[in-house]
Amino acid sequence: MPNAGNNVAARGDRDAAAPPGRDAVPALAVAGLAKRYGERVALRDVSFEAGAGELVALTGPNGAGKTTLLSILAGIQPPDAGTVSRPPGEIGWVPQQPAVYSKLSVAENLRLFARLERVRDVDAAVRGMLEQTGLADRADDEVGRLSGGNRQRVNIAVGLLAAPPVLLLDEPSSSLDPRQRERLWEFIAALAARGTTVVYSTHNVQEAERHADRVLVLADGELLFCGTPAELEAAVDGEAAARGARDFETSFVRFLHERGH
Amino acid sequence: MRWLLLKDLQILRRSPLLVALLIVYPILIALLIGSALSRGPGNPSIAIFNEVPAEQRTFEVGGSSVNADEYLPQLSRSVDVVSAESREEAIRLVEQGRVLAAVILPPDIAEQLASGRRQPTIEVAYNGEDPVKQRYVESVVKARMADANAALTEKYEQVTLRYIDMLRDGGELTILGREVPILGLRDSRRILDSVIATLPRDAPERTALDQVNRFATLAIQNLGVSTDVLRSVGEPIAVRQTVIGGRRTPLDDYAIAVAAAVSLLFLTVLLAAGLLALEREEHAFSRLVRGLVSKLGLLAEKVGLAALCSLLVTLALLVGLGLFFVELDFARMPLWLAALALGSTAFAALGVALGGLAREVRAASLLAFLLSLPIAFLALVPAGSVSGWAADAIAVVCALFPFKATLQALDVALNDAPESFAAPLLHLAALTGLYVAIARLALRRFA
Repeated sequence: MPNAGNNVAARGDRDAAAPPGRDAVPALAVAGLAKRYGERVALRDVSFEAGAGELVALTGPNGAGKTTLLSILAGIQPPDAGTVSRPPGEIGWVPQQPAVYSKLSVAENLRLFARLERVRDVDAAVRGMLEQTGLADRADDEVGRLSGGNRQRVNIAVGLLAAPPVLLLDEPSSSLDPRQRERLWEFIAALAARGTTVVYSTHNVQEAERHADRVLVLADGELLFCGTPAELEAAVDGEAAARGARDFETSFVRFLHERGH
Repeated sequence: MRWLLLKDLQILRRSPLLVALLIVYPILIALLIGSALSRGPGNPSIAIFNEVPAEQRTFEVGGSSVNADEYLPQLSRSVDVVSAESREEAIRLVEQGRVLAAVILPPDIAEQLASGRRQPTIEVAYNGEDPVKQRYVESVVKARMADANAALTEKYEQVTLRYIDMLRDGGELTILGREVPILGLRDSRRILDSVIATLPRDAPERTALDQVNRFATLAIQNLGVSTDVLRSVGEPIAVRQTVIGGRRTPLDDYAIAVAAAVSLLFLTVLLAAGLLALEREEHAFSRLVRGLVSKLGLLAEKVGLAALCSLLVTLALLVGLGLFFVELDFARMPLWLAALALGSTAFAALGVALGGLAREVRAASLLAFLLSLPIAFLALVPAGSVSGWAADAIAVVCALFPFKATLQALDVALNDAPESFAAPLLHLAALTGLYVAIARLALRRFA
């Protein structure tokens, strides 16, 4: 994402200072969320807080409940129990698959969703988002003809049209190549630097460790861990050291296994 | 909602092939069905080999000449006759599939007809590879033979009546080329009356002549009614048709209503199902319904767009047919519009229910197509042409799907059929509610 500029948030840089807004009133507060699908428990008493400008990674194995948690936060489905501090209208939502119309151009997609979001100045919002995502020169191209990375940019741009204080991204980097992935993280870090709270899911624990201020580890609907990447690293590494393992991912799997998952 | 409507129109505008298919396909189907219904099956081809020598085709029936060739047109009235030069050629034409059947007239048929002693038999050969075709050939040949028999019966009847008239009233009969006068019963009675009048009252001949006279009187009276008796023998049952309730719409006009209903069905159901399924296929559904638009609003938008598009296309189809091909009463257009609007809305509701059940556009389209075809077919099955339980099942299916009600409404609107206009419209409104409710439930699977 070219306009992310040098506001790159490599975790090493961000570790030096406390995450922005962490000590202020939380931008997002989740308390006691629970969800069942018939007999299956998808979420069990999940609670956490995120400050303004904080990058929160939600990780865990497949079927852990990451998407369910994000879809409840986004207002797509209601929880069986628990509360979310913000209504869906104040939360931006970027689903895993680009949720845009492939037969419409980039600008048409942005204009449509800006109108549906009842953005005051539609043209200004579209122009701003095209600039921000570096898609100004592709504004008139049909989305169906864009690369996967550019489609994901449009997808994120739509989620940001209403300038929400909180942005949810469901596995945003899953379909991208390494270069596109790096540019995506630069863009997200720049968003966070401007004060947007970003909560994203990923099944790649190293990505969570590298691009988050706070990591939530979810398994079988249960929140196993909530802390900084350094705290997660310490917890995982401590167990790894005890068993002589070197690889972080292997140690993370062991970490989950030791907790019955 | 209008922004979604504009978005869908933009998407349709950018899918010209899809739009062309959606418009051309149902119109083509509708015209084919309409044409098939209004014209009935085409004339089948039948090969005829006449083994009767040309000079023997005329035979005498009671002194009256009958030419067998005159009765061939009875056969060709509803079949295309192909003349064969030999029995082998006639059989070969059947084997090659160029004709449906071959009819072979034996050489002695004229002789047998003339003698009246033996029933003449003709040979019919056809390919029995296909049971449907076999049944069709049997029914066609039987029907045409019945026509030929009826024509011959009429000829025999005329000859017999002439004899009876001659027996009663007298006349001249040609025997061996000579005109022979025939006295007749009336003249016989007159002669007898005059002879009896000249005899004394107690003359012994008088009793015998009175008996003969009574017989002649009785014969004249009974032969007087024999004309009607003979007609009854030739055509024992006459048919008087009474339409009880139901329709009096000519088949051609009804075919227009069928064509419009079929066009409306395919176009609307496919479009509505596809438009809704597209929201899921593009993954936009979850984004839309998290506050940007309600699920019911989304359904209303799809139903409205699909109904409007198909209404306009079907209206254009009707106007085109009315201007160039058939006579339609354009003064009834408000009724056309009402029938088309309710019909298209109900079809669109069915479409969104299918679109809600399917996960992608192709599956939704396939589902819509697979369902539409039997619905239309079943609604066109005439009542009473199937067994009781099947008729009941068809009636239930027709009540559950909007095709039959749309067809009834269009028939009233287009052809002034003597049926209620409000009943099918209310039926369609109820079905719209039902299918929107089903679609609303189905959308739970979308999230």
